[in-house]
This record gives sequence, C-alpha cells and structure tokens, in this order.
Amino acid sequence: MTDASNPQQVATFVNVGERTNVTGSAAFKKLILAGDYAKAVDVARQQVEAGAQIIDVNMDEGLLDAEKAMTTFLKLIAAEPDISRVPVMIDSSKWSVIEAGLKCVAGKPIVNSISLKEGEEAFFHHAKLVRRYGAAVVVMAFDEKGQADTQKRKVEICERAYKLLTEKVGFPAEDIIFDPNIFAVATGIEEHDNYGVDFIEATKEIKRRCPHVHISGGVSNLSFSFRGNEPVRRAMHSVFLYHAIKAGMDMGIVNAGQLDVYDAIPAELRDACEDVILNRRKDSTERLLALAPKYKKTGDVPDAAELEWRTWPVIKRIEHALVKGIDQYVVEDTEEARLQAAKPIEVIEGPLMDGMNVVGDLFGAGKMFLPQVVKSARVMKKAVAHLIPYIEAEKTAESRSKGKIVMATVKGDVHDIGKNIVGVVLQCNNYEVVDLGVMVPVQDILKAANENKADIIGLSGLITPSLDEMVTVAEEMKRTGLKIPLLIGGATTSKTHTALRIAPRYDGPTVHVLDASRAVGVCSALLSDTQADGFNADVRAEYERIRVERAGGAKDNLVPLAEARANGLKIDWAKYDMPKPKFLGTRAFEDYPLAELVERIDWTPFFRAWELAGTYPAILDDATVGASARNLFDDAKRMLDRIVKEKWLVAKGVVGFWPCKRIGDDVAIYADEDRVDEVSRLYFLRQQIGKRADRPNMCLADFVSPDADYIGGFAVTAGHDIEAHLARFKAAHDDYSDILLKALADRLAEAFAERMHERVRKEFWGYAADEKLTNEEIVAEKYRGIRPAPGYPACPDHSQKPELFRLLDAQHKARMKLTESFAMLPTASVSGYYFAHPQASYFGVARIGKDQVAEFAHRRGVDVAQAEKWLRPNLGYES
Amino acid sequence: MTRSEKAALFRKLASERILVKDGPYGSMIQSYKLDEDGFRAGRSFNMDQKGNNDLLNLTRPDVVSEICQAYVDAGADLLATNSFNANRISQADYGIQTMAKEIATAAARVIRGVVDAAMAKNPAKPLFVVGALGPTNKTLSISPDVNNPGYRAVSFEEMRDTYREQIDGLLDGGADFIAVETVFDSLNAKAALVACAEAGEARGEEIPVMCSFTLTDMAGRNLSGQTVEAFWNSVRHARPLTMGMNCSFGATELHPYVGDIQSRADTLICVYPNAGLPNDMGAYDEPPEMTGRLVGVWARNGWINVVGGCCGTTPAHIAAIAQSVAGVNPRQIPKLGARLRLAGMEAANF
Repeated sequence: MTDASNPQQVATFVNVGERTNVTGSAAFKKLILAGDYAKAVDVARQQVEAGAQIIDVNMDEGLLDAEKAMTTFLKLIAAEPDISRVPVMIDSSKWSVIEAGLKCVAGKPIVNSISLKEGEEAFFHHAKLVRRYGAAVVVMAFDEKGQADTQKRKVEICERAYKLLTEKVGFPAEDIIFDPNIFAVATGIEEHDNYGVDFIEATKEIKRRCPHVHISGGVSNLSFSFRGNEPVRRAMHSVFLYHAIKAGMDMGIVNAGQLDVYDAIPAELRDACEDVILNRRKDSTERLLALAPKYKKTGDVPDAAELEWRTWPVIKRIEHALVKGIDQYVVEDTEEARLQAAKPIEVIEGPLMDGMNVVGDLFGAGKMFLPQVVKSARVMKKAVAHLIPYIEAEKTAESRSKGKIVMATVKGDVHDIGKNIVGVVLQCNNYEVVDLGVMVPVQDILKAANENKADIIGLSGLITPSLDEMVTVAEEMKRTGLKIPLLIGGATTSKTHTALRIAPRYDGPTVHVLDASRAVGVCSALLSDTQADGFNADVRAEYERIRVERAGGAKDNLVPLAEARANGLKIDWAKYDMPKPKFLGTRAFEDYPLAELVERIDWTPFFRAWELAGTYPAILDDATVGASARNLFDDAKRMLDRIVKEKWLVAKGVVGFWPCKRIGDDVAIYADEDRVDEVSRLYFLRQQIGKRADRPNMCLADFVSPDADYIGGFAVTAGHDIEAHLARFKAAHDDYSDILLKALADRLAEAFAERMHERVRKEFWGYAADEKLTNEEIVAEKYRGIRPAPGYPACPDHSQKPELFRLLDAQHKARMKLTESFAMLPTASVSGYYFAHPQASYFGVARIGKDQVAEFAHRRGVDVAQAEKWLRPNLGYES
Repeated sequence: MTRSEKAALFRKLASERILVKDGPYGSMIQSYKLDEDGFRAGRSFNMDQKGNNDLLNLTRPDVVSEICQAYVDAGADLLATNSFNANRISQADYGIQTMAKEIATAAARVIRGVVDAAMAKNPAKPLFVVGALGPTNKTLSISPDVNNPGYRAVSFEEMRDTYREQIDGLLDGGADFIAVETVFDSLNAKAALVACAEAGEARGEEIPVMCSFTLTDMAGRNLSGQTVEAFWNSVRHARPLTMGMNCSFGATELHPYVGDIQSRADTLICVYPNAGLPNDMGAYDEPPEMTGRLVGVWARNGWINVVGGCCGTTPAHIAAIAQSVAGVNPRQIPKLGARLRLAGMEAANF
C-alpha cells in the first residue's frame, strides 16, 4: 500500500479552533483568569466536537503567568482523549511560552508563530528549536521593517523566509505555514480598503513561489469594524474565505461552529461584502454600513409578500404560526399576547391551545401529517418556554394537562426517533410528557414514574434484546405494586409479543401501540373515566385470543435439526470459481466523504419513519400525502446539504476479509491462508420450519465452502459528531430538526453500508468489477452477494456483534461501541457480514426448535438458559 | 568511520538484504540464575542489586559478552547494548543513580569489544553497535495521580538530561547508533530525541537514531494514547535511521500494525517482536521456528528491512529469523507526498 491510497481525505481547508484563545474569546479568558481549568477544558472539547481539526491555544494576557497557564492547560487536555486526538497550535508572541508549550506535547503540534521581526539570527534560533522539538511552524509576514500590509511586501517577506528556512535551516517546506496578515477592512480609512485584495493576491503568489507551503490567517480580524453585528461579520468571513480559499488559503483560525454557507447568504448582503472585500467600488464601505443594521437581528430578509399575516390580530397570528409551523416570530407574538392577558397561563390555555387543537383536528382528520405536526410542536415549545418563567413567578398555575406520561427507551437501546415522535404528538394533544431519554435503567423509570405521579409509562425499543428488558420493566412494575397503564412501542415490538410475554407479567393494563398516530387515542381511552374499563376489557380479550391461538399453533411444523441440516442448500463447490479479496485483514475509512453517500440514500424508509406511507419517488405525487411528503423532502434536502457542506456528521467505517471455511453450521475464521490457526468462529442458525419439496432449510454457513473460502465483515457509522447539533436543536426547542437530523443520519449510515458493499463487490473483494447498476437497481439489491447483519432475520443473534466488532477492531477503527444489549453507538450505524457466493440470498431463520438451541448453546459454550435469552424472539417453544 | 558513514553503510546493506537485529538480554541473563552476590561480583552497594541487569555491564562483563557472542553467532548484524535501564531515573530504584553514566559507558564498551573481535575475524560482514535507551519508569504525558490530571512526576528537562547522560555514556563507550526503544510515552521519546540532537551538536556530528514504538493494547496505541502513525508523525523530524515496533506482543498480534506502518514511514522498518504471548506462568513458549515463520511472512510481504527479537526470544530464535529472511528481498522505502503531517493522539495529515 502506498501513501496515496490512504482513504483519508485530503482536506482542502483546515479549521483551526479559535475559542481556546484568551485574546480572541472573552469567555475563555474569564475562565483562565478565574483558574477554572475544568470549564476551560470543556471549551476545547466543544471546539473539537464542532469540527475544529486543530485547536489554537493562546494565553497571552497581561494578568496571567502565560507560561504556567499554557503548560497547565496543555497537560490537562493531554488527559482528554477526545480533545488530544487532534493536534494543537501553540500560539504566543513570546518565545518562552512557546518553548514551554513544546515540552508538554506528545504529538506533532504547530508553533504560532515566528517571524523575521527581530532579524535573521533570532529567526534561525527559533526555527531550529521548532524543528528540534518536532513541530510545524506558522511564519508571520513580519520583518525588521514591520508587518507586511501590501501584496508586494507580503510576498517579499514570505519568499525570503521560505528560502532561509528551506535552504539554511533544512526546514521541510510542507511544515511551513505562512500567515500573510488579515487586516480589518471597511474601517473608513482609505489605505485599508485594499487589504482584502492584498491578502488574496499575495496568497496566490506565495503559493506559486513557495511550493508545498500552507497559507493561514486569523479571519476574525477582517470584520473588526463591524463588532456587535454578528450576522454581517459572519457573512464577511464567509465571503472572504470563499475567495481566499480559491486563491490557495488552506488553513484558518475560525470559530468552527459559526460559518455561513456562501450560497446561503442573502444576495444583497453577499454582494455588499464582496464589494468591500474585493475593493470593487469607492463607496462599498458606506453601502455595507447602510445595509448592516437591517441584518443585525435576524440575519435574513423577509419576503414582503409572505408577511401579510403579520398584520393580523395576535391571536390569529399565533394560530397561523402553529398551523403553518413558523417559529420565526412566535416569541414576540407570545410576549404580545402575554401583555394582553390577565395571567400568562391564559396564553397557553387560550390562543396556544386553540391553535394546537386546530392542528390536532387536522391531524386526526388526516389532513395534516406527522412532519407538519412536529413543526407545529416546535412553535408551541418555543412559546411555552418563553412563558414558563412568568408562570412560575406567579405560582398559581395548576396543570390542566390531560395526563402525565413517563417515556423511555429501555436500557441497552439507543434508538429514539419513534419515541420522540410519540412524545411530540402527545404534547400537541395536551399531555404532559416526561422523556427520560435513551438507555434508561428500570430503576430510573420507576423512580421517575413515582416522583412525577405518572398516569402512564411508555417504553420504546428498536432491537430485539430490548424486548426482554421491557419484560423486566413490567415485572418490576408489578413487584413494586404499580397499576398504571404500560404502553409498548418501537420497531421490534409487536402485539403478539406484548400479549405473550409482557402483558402476563404485569397487573395493570398493557397495550402495544403501533405508531404515533394511535398514541393519542390509546392514552385518551386509558385515562378516560367512562371509556377506560371497556377499552381495557377489549385489549385483554384480544391478547387472550392471541395467546390461545399461539399456544395451539406453536408446536406445529418444526422439523428436527438433523433433518433440517440434511435439507440444507447444496452448493456445487467444484464449479465455484472462488474470488479472493484484494486484501486480507481490515481497512478503515476515517472520514468518509458524505457527498458520496447522498446518492445512495434509500428514501422510502425515511418517509416511513415519519409515518408517511408510500414508495419514493411516487410518494411525492401521492394524492393524499404528496404535499406533506414534498415539504418534508425539501426540508430534508436542505438539511442534508448543510450536513454535507458544513460537515455536521462524520462517517467512519471499517471493512475486513478473512480466510475461512465452513464447519457444520459454523464458519471458522483463520489467521492466514493455511487455515490452520483458527482465530474466530461465527455461529449461524438454520431454518427449522418444514419446507415443501425443493426448498432448502437455509443457514448462512451454507454459502461458505467447507474446503477454503473467504468471508467479510463491516461496521459503518454516519453518526459521529451529531451530539453538538442535537444539543443545539434541543436548546432551541426544535424537535423537528432533531428528529430530521437523526432520521437523515440513519439514512446516511444505511447509504454508507450500501456504498461500501458496492465498493466491496467492485474493488475490495472485486468479484463484480464490471458491475453496472443504476441507483434503483442497487437499492433493489440486484447484485451478487449479501450483507446480513447480526440481529436481523438471517442471523438473529445480536450477541455475536461483539465478536464482529473485535475482528474489525470497530471500536478504534470507527469509534463504534456496543451497549450491554448489543445496540450500536453512534445510533446511526450498520454492521454485518459479507458473503460473495452468487447463490447467497437473504432469508429469515424464523422459529427454531429446542434441539437446535441446545446444540447452539453447546457450540458457543454457554448454558441453554443463556442461549434461550439471546434467541428468545426465535424460540419455537415455550421456555 | 564516522557515525554518519556507518549509517550510510547500514542503509546500503539494508537495501540489499534484510538485516537481523539481536534478541533481548533480560531473559538470557535470567538463565544464569545469578543471586545477589552474583550481581555484585565483589563490589559493595548500599541496596540490593539482584535484578539490576544493567549493572552486570560493570560487574559481570563476561556474562554480557557471552550473550552478545551468541547473537553474533546466530547471525545478527545489529547488536544492542544491555542498557535498557542504564539511566539515572531507573537506577534510582537501586540507589546507584550516580553510576548511571558509568554503567552506560561500560554497556557500550562490552558490546563494542565483542563486535570488533568478530569483525576482525570476518571483515566481510560489517556489524553495528546500537546503544539502547529504554523508556525509564516515569512518564511525561500521564499523571500518576488520578485526582490531579495536570500533575507530572518528572519534568521534560529532567527527562532530557537523564537521556543526555545515558547517550553520552553509550557514545563514549563506542555505540554507532542510538535506539529509542519500547516507547510507551511519546513525549519521553521526544525528550530522548532532543537529548540525542544536543549530544550530536556537542560532538559536532549527527547521531543516527532508531525509533521503536510499543503497543500497550490491541487497539494499536501506546500508553500515552498515540497510534503508530501519530507516533511516526511526531518523530519523523529526527529523520530516524529506522522506525518500527518492539516488545508489545508476538508477531501474530503485531502483524496488522507492521503492515500499516511500513506503508506510512519513509525510512527503514525495524521490528522485533516478543516470542508470542506469555503463558500463565509469564514465560514465553513460542518455538524459534514459529517466530521465524511468522517473521518470514512479513519479509515475503515486502514489509521489513531489519528484524530481530524481544522478550522471550533467544539466540535460537534469532538464528531461525535469520534463516527465514535470508534471500528475501528487503522492503522498498516508499516515497511520501509533501503533506503537513501533524499529530495529536491520532495522525492528522493535511
């Protein structure tokens, strides 16, 4: 393998985080001066989470012992793996501080900065030491005569420094970063007007004359004269970077979380910024100054035509905002309504509830769909958040909610899109929801139910082990004497499972809720004085019927394991031209380009997550849900665009191939091609349902040759770094964006798995190098080979995921983890095996017999009870 | 021949064939079953010296040279000094920190003697003496106090000066190269590299240096948390004669990491693994042929330039290694593009 094949992307622009700089961040300075290093370390963490690829650390402050502050901080972040994974930039104007910092850093940092300010001797001395300590260096365009301001001076000084460093010190050119000085423009002083152009043109020229160097700069200097007007400053920075990057600037000290997309800046503002930065007209400063106040608050110009409703009375405006899901003005409207109302609670009970009732009616009538409801809820939440401090100040409010519901995704599970949707829908219908989040242990659920005097408990889960955990919660509820209704929901749950396994373990009403649209009906029936008894009786009767049916049919048509095995798929291995993977062992993808995944997205499940039924793209023209689907799709594409352009998410993955052979229903994996030294074993299950003639009893092991073969594995995720954005949405009471982002991350992860499988077929295993399929054909799986995932129908045993993760070293290669129930973290992840044989196909193992469970337990070296616990959803008998 | 000329010769030979490094001293010394008097050999000390293998360079040079001779006979080209702990910080455990330099000098002198005699007998086979620096028993990157993550038990200056003294001793005693080996803390290694550069500056010559990383877990990281590639980025400025790994695990476990680093480092690759993983008793029982076979795979993959043994390997292992790599073409050093290669705990190449 050569360096060029490193799958890590060559970054075109490197973000250096600027917040851990006392000269640039007042907040950070305050923390350091107060000696609050714990919080200061958090600032560094946030920078890395927000996408900083390097963090700049600067402690140059008159009131500080800068050497001590620098070394203390660097030693502290060295102990934080999620921060110290990225390189640091040791930033100081004092050499002693830089040298002290260099002695604390294990990696290869950047020194910022050295210059020719004090002449060549000092420059050589510093450059030699930088090299000795093993750092790269930022060289400022500064010489004995002063700081370079014009293009000519910038180029002159940088070229001179380049020659001195490469020819006299032996400094590698690629370790040199020039900072040709970004100065403030639009200051009103004519000499400053060309500073932007000087930097951009100098960048071009320096890149031409000094091969391999990088160009960096502190971008925030540029907009200094617009202090206090963040929207304009951000626009100026984006416009400047747009041009400077084109000229060759490839690194910048920026606030990683705060850059606008060039194309998303309103054209009028963008043009004005461009005039200033490119010095295109004499009056450009005046024009930007005149425009600036308009953007000060919103940063966006409203379209006059759409604003007619803003002239309506406040009550109508609030209703309109709720129904249309417009959150832009809701705080000011709510405030206006509050001032008119006798008590703040009346705003909730009056206009807000009236508006939500309209939404609820439309939803109930099928005239409005989930995505819009969630958007409306966002408006509601923002309004309520504004009112709460006033309500609490009066302390008179009695909750008039219809009921209180404690909801949780159970221990070991991390999936919460469905649960969040149910929560939002219930809140829209005036239920109070206490959402405990994901991976909630049973004790916490019971505690929250008691403390909140909950009327209902709702449990959610997506993976099969969560089913057992729900049984545990039900048993604990019974043991502690609870009688309140228990709702069960989530993709893996079913009415049958609830009836068979959960309801019998609990004394109170236990109801399976199929989707969010049913949640309100079920809750209102359960809590109604008049309907509850009848509803409960109906549910009990139905569940009893399921149990009886099931008991009668359970021991029907399973064949003995030996018979099933004899009826396995027979592949003629003599005729098989076994392809060899292009490499053995693993290959990791540290930062897979998201743009490459977008076209592989299968949109149909995305709409299903939002309870919009139909197949993409036909769903967009559906007579009933088409309009709703189109709006959702537009929002999704807009967010997807930002996810990709601004790198909200980081995709990481690892694939591996190993020599193997089939041994019975197992696949043994070997250290090398000799296939003697067994390093791992995969245990597969076989269908035991009686088959009609010619239909084999399938098992994944049948797709592997008993003599010599290869098997692959993969683990991919598109969920890294999602937390910062979810936190942002949470702070803004924005459930809609929260759910949208999670759903898109899931789609990207699936798309990643699809794309990786494609590359496996074409490149890494290479057995279908000439495959030419359309995206639709790929989505329809019209290719050779399969990628079944542990926990899914063909290999339903989740407990084999740890072994797959170990083989792939997924924890380190893709930073993926497993919970105790084998759910993957980040949530948006996919893992599985690769089988290459043309006859390999997907199937469901379905129910299996006691003989297979006993043998499986023996093969895995566990007792039967443990195996039954793992295989519970597939047991074809009562245990 | 100057040290730079020796390095040039080493590079030339390494481009023609895979060179063999020797095995360890520790486990070989154990087989002599020396007691306290055996370690002291008549000299007096305030503290017990049993287990202070480095001291034997002074008190029992015969033992050290016998082991070295066995490695020469096994076919090693590169002979290391028995000086893993011949530094002030480690020797403080035995109360003889003031003797650290004397021990280091003696360590190099013993090996130089064996090597010079062997080369006099067979001038056709050049041999090289490498002065070995261990990681010491302190770390610059990690706080020993869990409640105070900013605390360090030792300063960079102390570490650098400790290494400087050991390097000076080894060079005085006749070492050709310096090896910064078993690197569990990358900042310790960087202090050693600074010391090496300073020693070279004082002597008016460049000291060829070898860098060898050690994995402390199967995740491919050392104790201070760095990946192998991040470590390479962090030491590449010292233009190491070789880069590689030693100790950690056996060749089986090191396999993927050798495959990885050999594609990323544009210098010679030198790996010396343990003889497999220790058994329940802490002993290594991978037979020499097995180690030879495993290392032979690396050779045939075109992954290595220099290979030897660490914990648990013996002259028989080195002979088996020499046999299995004989006649196999050495790895070609890859050309890397000019990129800004930085590192935190992970590599960041821009």
